[in-house]
Amino acid sequence: MFEHKTFSRAAAIAAIAGLAGLSPARAEDTVKIGLILPMTGGQASTGKQIENAIKLYIQQNGETVAGKKVEIIVKDDAAIPDKTKTAAQELIVNDKVNFIAGFGVTPAALAAAPLATQAKIPEIVMAAGTSIITERSPYIVRTSFTLAQSSTIIGDWAVQNGIKKVATLTSDYAPGNDALNFFKQNFTAGGGEVVEEVKVPLQNPDFAPFLQRMKDAKPDAIFVFVPAGQGGNFMKQYAERGLDKAGIKVIGPGDVTDDDLLNNMGDAVIGTVTAHLYSAAHPSQMNKDFVAAYKKAFNSRPGFMAVSGYDGIHLIYEALKKTGGDTDGTKLVEAMKGQKWESPRGPISIDPETRDIVQNIYIRRVARSKSDGELYNVEFQVFEAVKDLGKTKK
Amino acid sequence: MSIRIDPVSMTSILTNLFDGVAYGMLLFVIACGLAVTLGLMNFVNLAHGAFAMAGGYVCMLLVNQHGWPFFAALPLAFVSSAVIGIVLERTLYRHLYARSHLDQVLFTIGLAFMSVAAVDYIQGSSRVFINLPAALQGQFDVFGVGIGRYRLMIIVICGLLTIGLQMVLAKTRFGSRLRAAVDDPRAASGLGINVPQVFAFTFAFGCGLAGLGGALSAEILGLDPYFPLKFMIYFLIVVTVGGSSSITGPFLASLLLGIGDVAGKYYVPKMGPFVIYTMMIVILIWRPNGLFGRTAAR
Repeated sequence: MFEHKTFSRAAAIAAIAGLAGLSPARAEDTVKIGLILPMTGGQASTGKQIENAIKLYIQQNGETVAGKKVEIIVKDDAAIPDKTKTAAQELIVNDKVNFIAGFGVTPAALAAAPLATQAKIPEIVMAAGTSIITERSPYIVRTSFTLAQSSTIIGDWAVQNGIKKVATLTSDYAPGNDALNFFKQNFTAGGGEVVEEVKVPLQNPDFAPFLQRMKDAKPDAIFVFVPAGQGGNFMKQYAERGLDKAGIKVIGPGDVTDDDLLNNMGDAVIGTVTAHLYSAAHPSQMNKDFVAAYKKAFNSRPGFMAVSGYDGIHLIYEALKKTGGDTDGTKLVEAMKGQKWESPRGPISIDPETRDIVQNIYIRRVARSKSDGELYNVEFQVFEAVKDLGKTKK
Repeated sequence: MSIRIDPVSMTSILTNLFDGVAYGMLLFVIACGLAVTLGLMNFVNLAHGAFAMAGGYVCMLLVNQHGWPFFAALPLAFVSSAVIGIVLERTLYRHLYARSHLDQVLFTIGLAFMSVAAVDYIQGSSRVFINLPAALQGQFDVFGVGIGRYRLMIIVICGLLTIGLQMVLAKTRFGSRLRAAVDDPRAASGLGINVPQVFAFTFAFGCGLAGLGGALSAEILGLDPYFPLKFMIYFLIVVTVGGSSSITGPFLASLLLGIGDVAGKYYVPKMGPFVIYTMMIVILIWRPNGLFGRTAAR
C-alpha cells in the first residue's frame, strides 16, 4: 500500500497490537519497497511522475505479487545526495526494505550505491541518466535511460540528415557533459563539425548572451541539453532572439521537450527534433491506454519519468514472480537480468551484463496535434534496441 | 574552441550592450528597494527577493488564469507586493529596526525560506511563465542590431521609474522628509516628521518596486519558488557595489553588472558566470564602500 513512513509505522503498531496473542506479525508476507524521490525542490516533477506511475501500476495490477503484499514507503530527498543517503540508511536499517528505488538525479543514485552493495538489496534507478551509475554496484538495475543512448543517436541522425555545422549549448554538470561528449563523438565521426561549444552554468538565469553567440556563429542547428525544467525558458529565448527565423534548428536528447512541460512552450518549439525513449504520442495501443489511464487518475500527461517508474515497478513485480516471492537481493537481481517486456514506450529489456536498459530510441519532431490541439513529440524514425553506448565502448 | 566571431563587429557589440542594459535595468528595479531599506533605513532585508517573487506570481495568476492584459496586471503586481510589504512592516519588521544586524539577518533569511516553502506548497515547484501579448514577442532589427521588444519595454519602464524616483527623492517634500528621517531620526521627529510613517511608506514602496521587477523578470530570469534565494546574491552585489547612500550608485552598479554579465557570457563563455563576481571583487578592493558609498557610514 501507499503510505508515508509515519503512517506505515503507525499501521504496523496497530497491526501488532491487534494481532497480539493471536499470531505473530509475519513480516515475510510483505515486500517493502523504499522509494527515494525528489518530492520537493526543483526536481519535484520527476518525483511526482514516478510516484504517480507506480500508484497507477499497483492500482492496475493489484497489491499482491507472488503471494506477498507490496508496501511502498516514499521518502523525499529533494534531489540532495546527503539526504538520499540518510533516507536509504533509514529505509534499509529501520524499515528493512527489500528494494530501494527512484533516484531523481545522478548524485542521488550514486550516494545510495554503496548501501545497496552492503545490504545486498536491489537498487532500481528510475530517473538518473549518467552512464556510470550501474557500474557503481552489482545491485543497481536501471529502467530509465542513459544520456549516451539518446545523444549518440541524435548525432548519427544529424549527420545523415544534412546537418553539417552544429553549435552546442549544454548545462555544465555530469549529465550535460555526458550528452555533449557522446553527441560530439558520433557527430564528428560522421563528418559533422562543432563550430561553437558553450557550457552554461546549471543555475543559469539568462540564456540571452549565449544564444546571441549561437546566432552569430550561424550553425545549421543547435544541440541543446538543459535539465527538463529549463527547457521552456530556453525555447522562449531562442524564439525571442529570432534564431528560428534565422533557420537554426534545435536538436538534442529529448529532455528539452519533456512531455511534462512541452505543451506550455509555445509555437517556437514546433519543428524541434530530438532523440528520446518515450513520447506520450507513441502510437501503440498499450501507450494509448497508459496515457488515458494516467490522465484520468492525475489530470496531467505522463512523461518519460512516469514511464521509467511504471517499468521499474513492473520489473520488481516480474522479479518477485520469478523468484516465487523469495526476497533475497542477489536472487532478485539475477531474476531481473535479461527480462524483456512490452512497455508503453515500446519493447525494452534489461541487459544481463550491465543491468542497464536496452530500448528503442525514437527520433521525434514537435508538432501540434490535430485532435486535442496540444504539442507533442511525434516519432518518425526508430533506432531499435539501443544499448548504453557509454559502456559498450569501453 | 576558437572564437570565430569577429570581436569588433559593431552590431554584436550593440546587441550585447542593449541586452546588458535591459538586464541591468531589471536588476535595478528589483534591487533599488533593497538599497533604500539597507542604505537609507539601515535595515538588512534578505527577504527582499520574496517580495519580487510575490509580484511575479500575482502577475502570472492574473494574466494566465484570469485573463487580465499584461499591462493591467503589472501595476497590480506593484500594489500587491507593497501591501504585503506594509503588513509585514507593521507587524514584524518594525520590531527589528533597533536590533542588531545579526538578528535582522536571521529573521529575514528565515522569512525568505518560509516564502519559498509557501509558494512551493501553493503553486508547485515548477517554473512558471506569464503569457505575453504578441506585440511584446520577438525582435526587430535596427541597422542589423537585434532589438528584443520585451527588453526594450523593460528599458523604457525602468528608465522612467528611475527618473521618477530620483525626482521624488530630490525634489519633493516627501523626499526631503525621508532624507531627514534617515540622517537624524531624533531631530526629524522633533521637527514634527512622523518618522515611523515615513519608513513604513518607503519600505512598502521598495517592496512594490521589487514586485514590479519580479513580474517583469519572469520572462528573462524565470520564475519559480526558489527565486528569493537564487537571486539574493545578485541584489546584494548591486547594493554592495553601488554603495547604499543614494539610488544613483545602485543604478550605475546595476547597469555595469548587467552589461558586464552579458558581455562576459558572450565573449568569454567559459568564464561567463564568474565575470560578475570578478567585477565585484575588483570594485570593492578599489572602493570598499562601493562606487558611491559614504566613507564614514553610520
